[in-house]
Amino acid sequence: MTASFAIIAALTLASAVAAMSLRNLVHCVLMLMVTFAGLAVLYLQLGAQFVGFAQILIYIGAVAILIVFAILLTRGSEPPRQSIFSATWVVGVGIAVTVFGLLSAMILSSRAVTREMRPLPEATVRQIGEQLMNKYVLPLEVIGLLLTAALIGAVIIAMHEKEGK
Amino acid sequence: MVGTLDQIFVTLKHWLVDFVPGQYQSVFSALLSVAAIVLTFATLFALTTLLERKGLGRIQNRYGPNRVGPYGLLQPIADGLKALTKEDVIPHTADKVVHFIAPLVLVVPVFLALAVVPVGRNMTALDMDAGVLFFFAAGAATELSVFMAGWSSRNKYSLLGAMRAIAQMISYEVPLILSAVTVIMAAGSLSAVKIVEAQAGYCGIVPRWYVLTPWGLAGFLLFMVAATAESNRSPFDLPESESELVAGYYTEYSGFKFALFFLGEYLGLFAVSGLGITLFLGGWHAPLAALGWVPSWFWFFTKLLALIAVFIWVRGTLPRLRMDQLMGLAWKFMVPMALVNIIVAGLWRFMSAGLARWAICFGLVAAAYWLLGRSLAGGKQLAKRVYRYAD
Repeated sequence: MTASFAIIAALTLASAVAAMSLRNLVHCVLMLMVTFAGLAVLYLQLGAQFVGFAQILIYIGAVAILIVFAILLTRGSEPPRQSIFSATWVVGVGIAVTVFGLLSAMILSSRAVTREMRPLPEATVRQIGEQLMNKYVLPLEVIGLLLTAALIGAVIIAMHEKEGK
Repeated sequence: MVGTLDQIFVTLKHWLVDFVPGQYQSVFSALLSVAAIVLTFATLFALTTLLERKGLGRIQNRYGPNRVGPYGLLQPIADGLKALTKEDVIPHTADKVVHFIAPLVLVVPVFLALAVVPVGRNMTALDMDAGVLFFFAAGAATELSVFMAGWSSRNKYSLLGAMRAIAQMISYEVPLILSAVTVIMAAGSLSAVKIVEAQAGYCGIVPRWYVLTPWGLAGFLLFMVAATAESNRSPFDLPESESELVAGYYTEYSGFKFALFFLGEYLGLFAVSGLGITLFLGGWHAPLAALGWVPSWFWFFTKLLALIAVFIWVRGTLPRLRMDQLMGLAWKFMVPMALVNIIVAGLWRFMSAGLARWAICFGLVAAAYWLLGRSLAGGKQLAKRVYRYAD
């Protein structure tokens, strides 16, 4: 574990905790963005350039902005007066700890931990592109068609101006 | 001699790096690139503010700044000193931390985006496989900054401006990226350097720039319109429309923080123009083969200044759009046009070269433009506007 990994991981975890526990919803969203950015940096550190940039572009550029918009459009951004913790938080913590313990026990006892690490495959953007264009071209086309259809559909709905106005 | 002048900055950098002991060389080299980017584009920013004020002044039949130094050339220094010495006012109810971070969130990613733009032969600070993707990913943070500034000020004008700005930026990002996709298809690479290399060479005396193909021309125009909207410039300056919203999302910023927003906005303009040059205008390639002896960086910055001149000209000429017109232009016209353009670019790729290909592709783009324009204007009675009180 290198120092840079430790710093990024700590920052990501801390911001994730803050995103759940801050009182002001907008602060929570901003912290969530830090979490997304931390994840993107982790991907970059692992050498996955494409995934890292896509993470920033989609999660920070689109998802988080969408959440911000939803908050602004639906209700005032004033922090709530009562406690933000649920009344049954003890039960919640219990369940979370149990699930975490079970999962980590399973992972630690499985053979995946003891197995030897294979050398990391080079995953350059060029290779991802070639795979997408050769082996996975049909799923890519289907997704592309679906998204384009959704885009055009949304525009057509917006294009239809209300009658009798 | 030709090569020396062309590579003068690269040679200078290698010469400087050689003074540093071995293990620090890569860090020092990166630092030098960063310093070069920051200095060059900050200077260009100072120059552009002056040019913009001068240009707008001339368009509006006045002189523009002409008091500080010869021909007003030292005006940017006076502006900078004023911004530095002004009192930094923070509203009492503002969210202090977010209010403080917002300008930084704007400026830092814009500098990051500038790092992937090739400004000359062998002069790309960050040459990576996914350069264009990196550019758009870095650009995503500017929306965040606008929201942070607008929300943390606790001012209704700021919030309204931020809402407008985010809606506008999200909408225009779609045609911006879709029009860039055509070039990525044609060049077969996401790397900015490879895209510039793909536009090398001349066909007769005509350079092989993508802007000189039918889909490239349409893509370039779409890209530049979307870029104008992305950088919140007139005629798309609704987020900061001073006659409606005081100053939009940076109403509550003063002193150097305001200067940082100003800087970020102009740097964003440079970055997106630089990408436009890289994608469509042949990057640092000379427009004529006979002019190949002129250094490559000279061509890049000439093209950049030419694009900035167009931006200033447009700002001085066109009135501001209305909100519904703004959204309508993005979603009803530019997005369908960009989608058609992608199909045309695909067709171009698979047709054999020749005049017939040019004519067919141009015909398709023009037909799409005409039909879209017609269907959008259909049913609207366009007549001369009659003013009740102003005549």
